Amino acid sequence: MKKEIPIFIVFFIGTIGFLQYFFIGPISKSVYTLLLEWFQGVQGMAIVMAVISLTKRHLHNLKRKKDTFYSLVTLSSLYGMIILGVFFGIEKGSTFDKIYEYVMVPLNATTFSLLAFYMASASYRAFRARNLESTLLLLSAFILMIGFTSFGDMISDKLPSFAQWILDVPNLAAQRGITLGVALGVLATSLKIMLGIERSWLE
Amino acid sequence: MSIPDRLLNIPRPVIFILIGLAVFVPLLFKFLLPLKVLKPVKDVYDFIESLPEGTPVILSFDYSPDVLPECYPMSLALAKHLARKKLRIYIMTLYPAGAGFALDVYNKILKEFNLVERKDIVFVGYFPSIAATILGIGEDIRNVFKTDYFGVPFDEIEAFRDVKNYEDIKLVITISGAAIPESWMVYANGRYGANVAAGVTAVMAAQLYPYYRSKQFIGLIGGMRGAAEYEKLLNAHNLATKGMNSISLANFVMVLLVILGNISFFIKRRRKR
Repeated sequence: MKKEIPIFIVFFIGTIGFLQYFFIGPISKSVYTLLLEWFQGVQGMAIVMAVISLTKRHLHNLKRKKDTFYSLVTLSSLYGMIILGVFFGIEKGSTFDKIYEYVMVPLNATTFSLLAFYMASASYRAFRARNLESTLLLLSAFILMIGFTSFGDMISDKLPSFAQWILDVPNLAAQRGITLGVALGVLATSLKIMLGIERSWLE
Repeated sequence: MSIPDRLLNIPRPVIFILIGLAVFVPLLFKFLLPLKVLKPVKDVYDFIESLPEGTPVILSFDYSPDVLPECYPMSLALAKHLARKKLRIYIMTLYPAGAGFALDVYNKILKEFNLVERKDIVFVGYFPSIAATILGIGEDIRNVFKTDYFGVPFDEIEAFRDVKNYEDIKLVITISGAAIPESWMVYANGRYGANVAAGVTAVMAAQLYPYYRSKQFIGLIGGMRGAAEYEKLLNAHNLATKGMNSISLANFVMVLLVILGNISFFIKRRRKR
């Protein structure tokens, strides 16, 4: 029963969620609204579960004296921010807001910005016109990189439009193919989960 | 070591310094490089221009600080345009770390345009469930926006008066560096026919163009360039225009490096043969 009940719930809710798209009426609407409310509740609980799971994981690390420093930083940051937010407010100018603005934002942005340097270095080393495919890739990358900057406008006012055409036509064709493939995959996986064929999520 | 060998082995620190300078130097000077406004950005601008005064519009800050340099300038430009047009602005976020930027932009335009809190603009805060929130707004905003960010109850907020769902909210603008615009497109546009515009990072833009072409997005602002184009349309050159100068030079340096690498690669290959 440990597996059957969750599979039944998934099948039942999944079928209702699917069917209500095709039936318009007061009952369908009220069921849908109820599901939405539950959905919000479940999502809220998922965050609580995430906090509990993270705490357990790092307490376990502390007990085993494994990566003690990192676990201490994680736990103190997590609970420090919760305490500051709940007891001292989150409005502009509060300590919570200052930590967000002057610690989290610069750290996060800096980490991401470093990518530009590594990307430049990696492109220089790896981007080679070795064969027809890589040459095409290289050319389209050049057109996009230059076309979407002000230098593109300086070279010719048609270059940005051509870069846009690459995004609008060849890119669009490839993206649509990928999207359709992904959608079919999602549909197949959803059906497998609803019918209990795919059970790895229960383990 | 021969010249092609040297050009093929430029040390990593040298590349880092070159890129660093390309990014940093343009920030020291104030200048305007030419920039053509492309259709996806113009479409967003034109749609906002077509809305009558007082129309409710959602501006959702669905991003975290890692994409701040690209997303924040467009957030500010869009918020200013909405305020300038005197639309009723609902600011929200579906990203936990997005509330800080949302609050910042909220305070900035509140001050700059002398807006009346909870009448012209309301900040409803963060919502944890993406799909449930977007779908919930489609049914009745009362079920989702129970209070604003500061705890003021729904019924005391004038900006919500006579507004029920996407039939009244004429535009949703989502700014993101992740897949949240797709959720807005699937749930708000697909199910309720809401008009959705997206402001995204340049990386994400390529992924979203198919939906713009199929008119599931009414317009698309892609990356720093998109934001700079928007600033040009507003005639208010700000962060994105400055950033665009840096990006232009950095991209140019990157292209030069790749060309140098390829020239050396071909010379070496020919010599080997």
